[in-house]
Formats: sequence, C-alpha cells, structure tokens
Amino acid sequence: MNLNEIKELTRIRVLGLLREPEAVFWVFAFPLILAAVLGFAFRASGPEPSKIGVVETTPAELVEALTAREDLLIEIEEFPTWDEGFIKLRKGAIDGLMMEGVEADDPPRYAFDDARGSSTPAKLRVQRALSLAADPESEPPLAEEMLTETGSRYVDFLFPGLIGMNLMGTGMWGVGFAIADIRRKKFLRRLLVTPMRKSSFMLGFINSRLVFLALEMGLLTTFGVLILGVPLRGDIASFAVISLLGAMLFSGMGILVASRARTIEGVSGIMNLVMMPMWLASGVFFGYERFPEWLHPILKLLPLTAVNDALRAIMLDGESLLTQGPELLVMAFWAVLCFVVALKIFRWE
Amino acid sequence: MSIASAPTEPPISHSAGDLAVSATGLVKRYADVTAVDGIDLQVRRGTCVGVLGPNGAGKTTTIEMLEGLKKPDAGEITVLGRTWDQDPRGIQERIGVQLQEAEFQDKLRVFEVLRLFRSFFTDGADLEEVLEIIGLAEKRKSFVKNLSGGQRQRLSVGCALLNNPEILFLDEPTTGLDPQARRRVWEVIEAFKANGGTILLTTHYMEEAERLADNLIIFDRGKVIAQGSPASLKADLGADSVVQFTLADGNRGTLAETDLTALAGVRSVRREGASHVLTVVETQQVIAGLFNLAEQNDLLLDDLRTHRPTLEDVFVALTGKNLRDD
Repeated sequence: MNLNEIKELTRIRVLGLLREPEAVFWVFAFPLILAAVLGFAFRASGPEPSKIGVVETTPAELVEALTAREDLLIEIEEFPTWDEGFIKLRKGAIDGLMMEGVEADDPPRYAFDDARGSSTPAKLRVQRALSLAADPESEPPLAEEMLTETGSRYVDFLFPGLIGMNLMGTGMWGVGFAIADIRRKKFLRRLLVTPMRKSSFMLGFINSRLVFLALEMGLLTTFGVLILGVPLRGDIASFAVISLLGAMLFSGMGILVASRARTIEGVSGIMNLVMMPMWLASGVFFGYERFPEWLHPILKLLPLTAVNDALRAIMLDGESLLTQGPELLVMAFWAVLCFVVALKIFRWE
Repeated sequence: MSIASAPTEPPISHSAGDLAVSATGLVKRYADVTAVDGIDLQVRRGTCVGVLGPNGAGKTTTIEMLEGLKKPDAGEITVLGRTWDQDPRGIQERIGVQLQEAEFQDKLRVFEVLRLFRSFFTDGADLEEVLEIIGLAEKRKSFVKNLSGGQRQRLSVGCALLNNPEILFLDEPTTGLDPQARRRVWEVIEAFKANGGTILLTTHYMEEAERLADNLIIFDRGKVIAQGSPASLKADLGADSVVQFTLADGNRGTLAETDLTALAGVRSVRREGASHVLTVVETQQVIAGLFNLAEQNDLLLDDLRTHRPTLEDVFVALTGKNLRDD
C-alpha cells in the first residue's frame, strides 16, 4: 500500500473534475435541477376534481344534486347530445357521463371507463352526492382520514429514490467516462510501466468521488429537506454511511463497466444496459412492489434497490444503520465484487 | 590525449553483470503478422544503443517487450539481471520509460504531472532538479494543453527520470518535433548519459542516431539486419563516398544501369526518385568515367554531388528503402 500514490491519483482526478466546468454542472447542478423539477411536480397537489358530463335530457334535480356540495369537488360539463358526451368520455376529457333512466322510474344511467384510475373517485363522489341529495342528514359510510402528513406524500417517497439514482449516475458516468478517456489517450499504458499499484489507480477514482460526495449530498439533501419538506427522521450518520457506501459501490461499478470498453460509445452502451433496469425496477419512481411477488427477492439483490430501501428506511421511517443489515450486505457484496472483478479484467493496453 | 581517457576496445563478449538489458530470440506475433521475428539484443551499462528501422520494422514492439509492457511469444528478456516474471516491480523501480503517443490529462499542470509520477516510486529525484534538467522550471504551473510539442516531449522524458533510473527507454523521443525542439530533447538525454545512464532508444532519424548512440541495431521486417557503432557500420558499406546525379531536362540519350555498374570503382547503383545514386571506392575515377559515359551517350548531367557515406546510405544499402518512407 503506497498512501502517497493513492493521494496523488485521487488528487489528479479531483483536479480533473474541478477544471471541467461541464463536469461540475453534471455532478452538482443537474441532480438539483432534476430533484427540483420532480419535487415541485409531485409536491402536495390537492385532490383533482372530477368532471362529470350531463346532457339536455339529464333531469335538473340530478344536476343540482351533483353541484350542491362544493367539498365533493364535482365539476359539470354540459353536452347537447349523449353521443357528443360519450366521445369526450372515451378521450378521458370527462370522468363520467350522467343522464335520465330508461323509464321514468328507473335510476339514472351513469357511463364511465373502468380502465381509468380517475373514474373510481368520480363514481364515489357522484354516489355520495346523490345520497346526500336524498337525505342531507345521512352520515358518510366511512370516517375518512386523509394522508397529508409529511413522509407519506409521493414526493417523500420519490426523494430518497432520486438520491439513490444520483449516487448511481454520478458514480458510474463520472468514473466510466474518465477511464475511457484516459485509455483513449494511452495514458493507462504509461502508468503500467511504473511500479504504480493497480489497486491504487482504482482507489484514486473511488476516493475522488467521495471528495465530492459530501458537497453534492449536502446540497441535494438540504434542498429536499428545506424546500420540499421531505423528512429526515433517522440520524444523519446512518444517512451519510449509506450514501458513502452507495457512492463507493457505484464508482466501483463504473470502473467495472469501463474496464474493457475501448471507446466512450462502448462505455455509454454498457452503462445504459446496466443502469436502465435499475432505474425501472429498483424503486426510484415507484415501488418495486408493483412487480410480481416472486421477483421481489431478486429485485432486492440489485445494488440500487438496497441503496434506495436503506435511504428510505432512514429518511422516512427513522431507522438507523443497525436495522439495515441485509441492505448493507447487498451493497458491500456488490462493492467488493465490482472492485475485485474490475482489477482482474481491466484492460490497460 | 592522455592514456587514461583513451577509449578501450569493447570486449567481444560481456559478462552478465555488465549488461543492463539482454534479450535473446524475441518473437512477437499478432493475428496476421509476425512483428518481431527472433531478435537478439544487448545493451551494456553506461552505453546508448539506438534501434533504427523504418515504420513497421518491429522497433516499438521490441522496446515495449523489454519495458515489460508486452509479453513476448518466445524468447528471454533480462533487465538489470532480473526477468519480468521474477520481479516486475523491482525492475520498474529502476527503469525510466517514455512511450510513443501517451498523452497526459490536458488540465494538469507540469508540476502536478511530475508529482504524480514521483509518487509511484519509493526512491527518486527531487522535482525541482528534474524541472531544471528538462528545462521546464518556468513552465511548472502551465497546463499540459498549453505546452508546445517539444515541451510535452521533455515533460514525458522528465516523468521517466523521476526515479533516477539506471536505464532509460525512449521510443522515438523526437518524432514530429522541429529541429530546435529536437535539440532540446537531445540535450536532456545527453545529460542523463553524461551521468553514466544507460539508454535504449528507437528512432528513424539518422541524425539522432549519430548524435546519441554508441551502438546501432538496424531492424527490418522484425529482424536485426546489422549492428555496430555508427563508424563501423559506415565502414562496412565498403565505400569511400556516394556519388549522386540526375539527368537534365531535354536529354536525348538514355542511360542504362548496367553502364553505371560497369564503371571502375562503382560498388552499387540505385535509383532514388529522379536521382541515380552510386556507392563508390575511387571517387575521382568514377566521376571521370561518368563524364565519359555522358559524352558518349549525349547526356547532360545535372545536380552532381558527392558525400561521405551516411547512416542513411548504410540503411538504404541494407534494406533497399529509405528510413522515413511511410
């Protein structure tokens, strides 16, 4: 172990990144912008009103019943004929269409598209409006409790996933591209004729990631907690350890991905191949619980799943490192595997 | 001249301890070509050996095998008494290598590059000293991308000097540089040599070989075709001088190559573009014969020159091609 060479190899990587304004943008600004856009898009938006279509033959008392209570959030749109209303319904511009019953004594007819998610709340609101019209004193069938508490909104779910995705993206792109670039310049061969230890070279990459990590995570987390109001219920130390391990793991993966490829294009291709499944299946934007149950144990073995799960448990559920054993194990496994395999198969020429 | 400083005759065979680099029977094959085809090579301590040859002769492949960068398919290599299998790090600590085409990170400063390379070695030189030797002390804070070609090349040699190496391997150290920049690089190499360093260098510049090398090894198609000191190689050509001429425009007659060969004192004849090139022993006699021949055949000679044989002539005589033909 030559600490001096590890220090110097780390230093040139850090300087290399700092002196490239573009790289700084992608590492620091881009994740913030992404978090901001997604965060604001999914911040506590109030419930969507339901749009119900009516036609000329729809009895006036029905229309009145639907609009009597503002808190039911029903908006009425009138159509001259049933057919025209039906076209809008098919396009999803309205959530339901209401008209008189077939015979005078029949209940009113109500058309909706079962496949659309918004049609269910619309139907429930319509039913409630009608029962209130029949008996203004009627009690709601359920005592409702709304999910408005911080920590249970979508943005709270999303934010730790964004952090995980960012750890993966910057780790893999940053390291992978830098390696492809210096391989192209034949600098790797120049190092190979010195007594430099190959492990020092790789540690230099990983360390340089860690130098930026504190700053990067500090910015991102501060933004999430202060601006988006995402909770950080667990202790900061646990949060930091998971981030650190995640960053090391993904820079190791970056080295592995770049260990054979001869060109930047080659690296990009493999990079996407490796990252794409994790973007989708590791619970960044939606929980992996949506996949069939038999897949869950496999998905939990993905490195990004482990990072995301651990970050969520610490941020949202207030867990600490001590309860994240399986996740830590998965992360450590991948980190060691990537490093060892990369060291073995790395193409220096 | 004092007795003490008189050069001693090189011994016919060298003891192992005297050799800095020794290789026997080196072979390297690529998919469709044998780049190095059974090369033997020895570099004595404190000498500079130049490997000369046209592009594709196997110079770079050979030097990279000696540097431990490529594995030979056959043959033995000993560097400073060790083999690459035995003790790679032990050898790397004691050699300095400059590679063709290796580029440094653009946005590193000169001293940052040197400091990086210095960190790889247990013992080594002082950065300031190396900066002085390579003449970049004033450029220490410049980014690599702002250096000229010659400055980059000196930085590259500087990185090879940081461990106070016993042997310096240089692969075409001045290719692509202008004459001024080339001389600056030579000065750095000569300073290393003056301190008793051993050098193995490849080049396709005759001037570089003549100036730096004590011994030359000439490669062609993966084989050694000649070796010796520059003087002995020129002597081996067996010619006193080279006579060169072209035929002036508007000549009516023609000149047969056999007529030239038949002239007394001519050893060999070849064409170099429009020029006829003769290697000769009796210069004066040949020129007189040449004028006679011109008269008889109604020829007008143009651009007639003679010069002492150069390494270029040796090379062309041996390989039938010019060194810098690409």
